[in-house]
Amino acid sequence: MNKRLLSLGKGIAVIGAAATMAISAVPAYAQETISAGIVSFLTGPAAGPFGVPGRQGAELVIEAINAGTMPAPYNSAGFGGAQMEPTYSDESGGNAKQVAEYRNLVEKQNMDVMIGFISSGSCMAIAPVAEELQRLTIMSTCGTPRLFEEGDWQYTYRTQANAVGDSIAAALYVREHFGDENGFTGINQNYAWGQDSYKLFGLAMEHYNPSIAASDNPQFPKIFAGQYGTEISTLALDDAHLVHTSFWDGDIEAFVIQALVRGFFDDKLVVSVVGASAVDSLGNQFPDGVVMGTRGEVGLLVRNAEPGSLNEWFINAYKERYGAYPMGPSYQYARAVLSLKVAMDKAAETSDGVPSQDEIMAAMNGATFQSFGGEISLALGDGHQAIHPVGYGITKWDSEAGEPTVTDVTFYPNECLYPPAGQTSADWMAAGMPGSTC
Amino acid sequence: MQLFITILIDGLTYSSYLFIVSVGLTVIFGVMKILNIAHGSFFAWGAYGAAYSIGLAANAGFPAWFGFILILLSAILVGLVLGVIIERVILRKMYDQEEVVLVLATFGIFLILEDLILLVFGVNPFFAYQPMAYLGNIKLGGISRDVYSLTLLAAAAVIAIGCWYSLNKTKWGNILATVIFDREISLAIGINVQAVYTATFVLGTALGALGGAYIAPTVSVAPGFGIDIIILSFAVVVIGGLGSIPGAVIGALMVGILRAIAVHQMPELELFVVYAVMALVLIVRPEGLFAPAVARKI
Repeated sequence: MNKRLLSLGKGIAVIGAAATMAISAVPAYAQETISAGIVSFLTGPAAGPFGVPGRQGAELVIEAINAGTMPAPYNSAGFGGAQMEPTYSDESGGNAKQVAEYRNLVEKQNMDVMIGFISSGSCMAIAPVAEELQRLTIMSTCGTPRLFEEGDWQYTYRTQANAVGDSIAAALYVREHFGDENGFTGINQNYAWGQDSYKLFGLAMEHYNPSIAASDNPQFPKIFAGQYGTEISTLALDDAHLVHTSFWDGDIEAFVIQALVRGFFDDKLVVSVVGASAVDSLGNQFPDGVVMGTRGEVGLLVRNAEPGSLNEWFINAYKERYGAYPMGPSYQYARAVLSLKVAMDKAAETSDGVPSQDEIMAAMNGATFQSFGGEISLALGDGHQAIHPVGYGITKWDSEAGEPTVTDVTFYPNECLYPPAGQTSADWMAAGMPGSTC
Repeated sequence: MQLFITILIDGLTYSSYLFIVSVGLTVIFGVMKILNIAHGSFFAWGAYGAAYSIGLAANAGFPAWFGFILILLSAILVGLVLGVIIERVILRKMYDQEEVVLVLATFGIFLILEDLILLVFGVNPFFAYQPMAYLGNIKLGGISRDVYSLTLLAAAAVIAIGCWYSLNKTKWGNILATVIFDREISLAIGINVQAVYTATFVLGTALGALGGAYIAPTVSVAPGFGIDIIILSFAVVVIGGLGSIPGAVIGALMVGILRAIAVHQMPELELFVVYAVMALVLIVRPEGLFAPAVARKI
């Protein structure tokens, strides 16, 4: 595996594959397999809304690609002709455990590629280890911009945009729909993601909505705290009408349950940047009128898929297999798998036989590809960090269909949302976002 | 004035929550001297039992108030089933071991019970909001409050008074005091110590489960639900003194009120105040504020 990404097997298998190729003109790599470690929360409070839907999205797409049953342009079987053999791993247990488990999967179980990671803490901890072990690692879901702004990673890629897009798109949406708000505050989890999200939202609001003042008492409860009665009281007493939250997993559900019964959503305008999983899990108990984001063209915001589109295939196949709509993480994990297919197919075109890890990475650097909801460009982080449009809509329960929906969906283009290469998000935003077209 | 009332209500509500989730821990330690790490799992099983049964009842068309009965039944059922099995099958064989061995045993039980939750209930969250929604809200101190959380105050008061009365004013309480004082003497005078231990463990388990069951309507009940609660429960009972019911009340009140002040005035200190109080108490009075006096055996 030092030289080649794909395991070539034992010598006799190689000879056999070569003989087969000579006879049937099937490329040598068509007989190979690629082992992939797929990491997501399979236990703990993030498993239900994030980890399991993420795993399911990856599983569905891996099986379809292996079988060649995905629609065009991904209807060729395999990854550069190779079949993927996934091993699913649990992200629960903290960063130290994740690093140990990553080493185990790469060094002992010889995973050719690692895909996944939901928590920003996991991503920040894993990237240096991926460099050390020189193993291609595709981050699917974590959001902190610091991953590529504070690190220069050769082996790590992220196929979804970071929190900058969420924050700027939210501020743009507020300007467009709620420009006369009197002030804003927030309730965010007290760790990297929650702090970054609120800080970036504040910078974006300062730029796009300077008349909407920031509260001096935003709330940062401990992650997975579960009880938010006191925080809800504090927010209720705050004059600011707009409340920003980057809560996810069970925290967004608990917050909604506790706030809803207190009439909080009647009194405040809540902007939730990644809380869409709760819209599905709580069903008609989720309040109407919440400004909801999904970080990209995924999940709740793109359910009205165009007939014949890749997205329609994904939604239908997912519903048929798992009995539910795919959620944001389902798309994100499926997209990360798709990016590997794109790179391996491209690398295989010019490779002499099985593409090496270096060839795959060269094909992936700066790639642009069609994903389920829209186009993904690995445009930042020296071609390792994806950008894509980000949108918001307003939640509304569709009582006729008996399912949640969103109204007034607006997506904002890449040109509005991301700093130029080489500049950190915070510096760019503090400088007034030069070059932004919005 | 509005801020003062709000902080007071928030503080008392959170204190009630803390007391309800930690009282089972202190009851078991007080009598059996077991630092029960599995307490978090009892909490989680109570929550799952309540959430699952309330969901079933709602789907079957039962009225929302029926959820309150299911909360109580879930706690009793979890207490009886888990309490009896764990005490009789595992702990009973280990009473002669050092306390640290029992701590490790309960840690093992905790891990097993957490995995059992995954096996039985899977990873998807359960919701049991019906009792909370049923009680609605009222205006207090100028802001809207959910009535369900206010009932925590009453529930905590009933549990505290009930435990105190049982331990101090009943024959059963006297028997318990004798067992706590000296197990050998209790055996010598004919007290069925094994039965007392079983009953105490079942009570502690049921109280832990009641905490989870009562909280279930306010949250998303998901895997890992009982983990954080262990740390919080320990903080409360360590402040008050392990094994002391009044100590648990005072510990919960101190943490709850101080946390409410912090959240309203300096949110960044929210976690700090909880553990700062604990550290301070441990420095000044290592056995906790209300730890029962320990007789020295000669």
